[in-house]
Amino acid sequence: MLNENKIEYSKEHEIFLKNVKKRKALIIFTQILILVLFFAQWEITARLKIIDPFLVSQPTRMIKFLIKLYQNGELFRHIFVTCYETIIGFVLGTLIGTIFAVILWWWDFLSKVLEPYLVVLNALPKIALGPIIIFWVGNGRPAIIIIALMISLIVTIISVHAGFKEVDEDKIKLLKTFGATKFQILRYVVLPSSVPTIISALKINVGLSWVGVIVGEFLVAKEGLGFLIVFGGQVAQLDMVMLSIIILSIAAYIMYILVASLENKFLGWKN
Amino acid sequence: MIKLRAKDISVIYHTLDGETEAIKNLNLDVKEGEFLCLVGPSGCGKSTFLNVIAGLVKPSSGKIFIDNEEITKPSNKIGYMFQRDYLFEWRTIYKNIVLGLEIQKRLNGDNLKMVEYMLQKYGLSSFKNYYPRQLSGGMRQRAALIRTLALNPDILLLDEPFAALDYQTRLAVSDDIYRIIKNEGKTVIMVTHDISEAVSLSDRVVVLSKRPARIKDILEIKFSIKDRTPIKVREAPEFKDYFNLIWKELDIHVE
Repeated sequence: MLNENKIEYSKEHEIFLKNVKKRKALIIFTQILILVLFFAQWEITARLKIIDPFLVSQPTRMIKFLIKLYQNGELFRHIFVTCYETIIGFVLGTLIGTIFAVILWWWDFLSKVLEPYLVVLNALPKIALGPIIIFWVGNGRPAIIIIALMISLIVTIISVHAGFKEVDEDKIKLLKTFGATKFQILRYVVLPSSVPTIISALKINVGLSWVGVIVGEFLVAKEGLGFLIVFGGQVAQLDMVMLSIIILSIAAYIMYILVASLENKFLGWKN
Repeated sequence: MIKLRAKDISVIYHTLDGETEAIKNLNLDVKEGEFLCLVGPSGCGKSTFLNVIAGLVKPSSGKIFIDNEEITKPSNKIGYMFQRDYLFEWRTIYKNIVLGLEIQKRLNGDNLKMVEYMLQKYGLSSFKNYYPRQLSGGMRQRAALIRTLALNPDILLLDEPFAALDYQTRLAVSDDIYRIIKNEGKTVIMVTHDISEAVSLSDRVVVLSKRPARIKDILEIKFSIKDRTPIKVREAPEFKDYFNLIWKELDIHVE
């Protein structure tokens, strides 16, 4: 609120506001505390030889490895490669999925015909197609992106199409009374009403794309965080594995936050 | 002068369970500038009849004429108002009001001037950049009416336009909407199952039978008081007579 039109509140309301703020601060403090305690006990128990750092690594070793990785310039390359593949994967998954959903909405006959096939494809673990994809497009980045895309595609088609079908029939009827064409119905009602569905698909797809990319990297990559995890395991370098997992968690968290912020941007009319 | 004529309208609905006759041989003439109410038991096919007039449902037989021309698809001469306002939450009030014009690609100077004028006249101009959720139910219904009027239809079809509002708001809004419609000189066909609403608003009330709908009776509603408004006529001596008459015609039983 702007300072010049600040409203005078009653004492009770000020206490209420203060309490709300206090509670919020306490939640954040506790969240950070858990993180600090977790890493502290990890370090301490490793130093006291209660747990074996060879098997579970330890924070100081990971930091050393992080610095090493940074100094030989590989750190950001690995992070970049994985994030890049993930972003392409979930953006394509959501985009192509939505386009397919539009096609199914347009031709109801087609959607009825394809229904069982979509159910089967949805039930199929897409990872199983990994070897085929590698065989077709080669041992490289395209294969990883396609695996990531495959994982989110079918779910997107099914959920966005379901969202389209839930659009209020009477809103469509309203447009028909204006003499709207089918394309206008799509553009003026069906798509805008489905923005919340599409954004929630996007949020789910971020998570799914990470799975796809990491599995893809396990299978074929020579760089990226997934590669570091597999490689670290093979050479018994648990520092590398643990560090990569932590970086992965942070990257996934940041990306989720970014996608969630889209919600505020596109659904501004809700507030 | 006859504005709208329904000639021998029959509608049959088909489902896998069988067929249902919704309307049977319905004939009705609506005069220009008149406010006509259709009342009938729930599920009798009133709304179906409106959909036929609007060109949204094709009758199994029979024809609809407006100004002696047959109607087969949604016509520019007709504006439709629903039970709920169906304002689009993601559009501002102004953007909602010009939606019909936008779809018909008629967003030109004259029509926009007309919209501005109505916003001003009906007290919505200071809210035009608000989103629907920021407005009260009555205001929203008024915005929905202006959205319909923006297309400048001759005939308004109202499908229980006040049913979603609470009682007090409903009285105020029906008064409000009545005033606007009379001001604009439109012909109105309204569906309702609220008898007092029908009596307070209409020039004529058409009582429909149970399904399949056919006309049971048509009543001319006339009041001795001057300058009738929906709220004022509720106190007129004739009001309860009309009410009782329609109530008997409807012959409603709890089964």
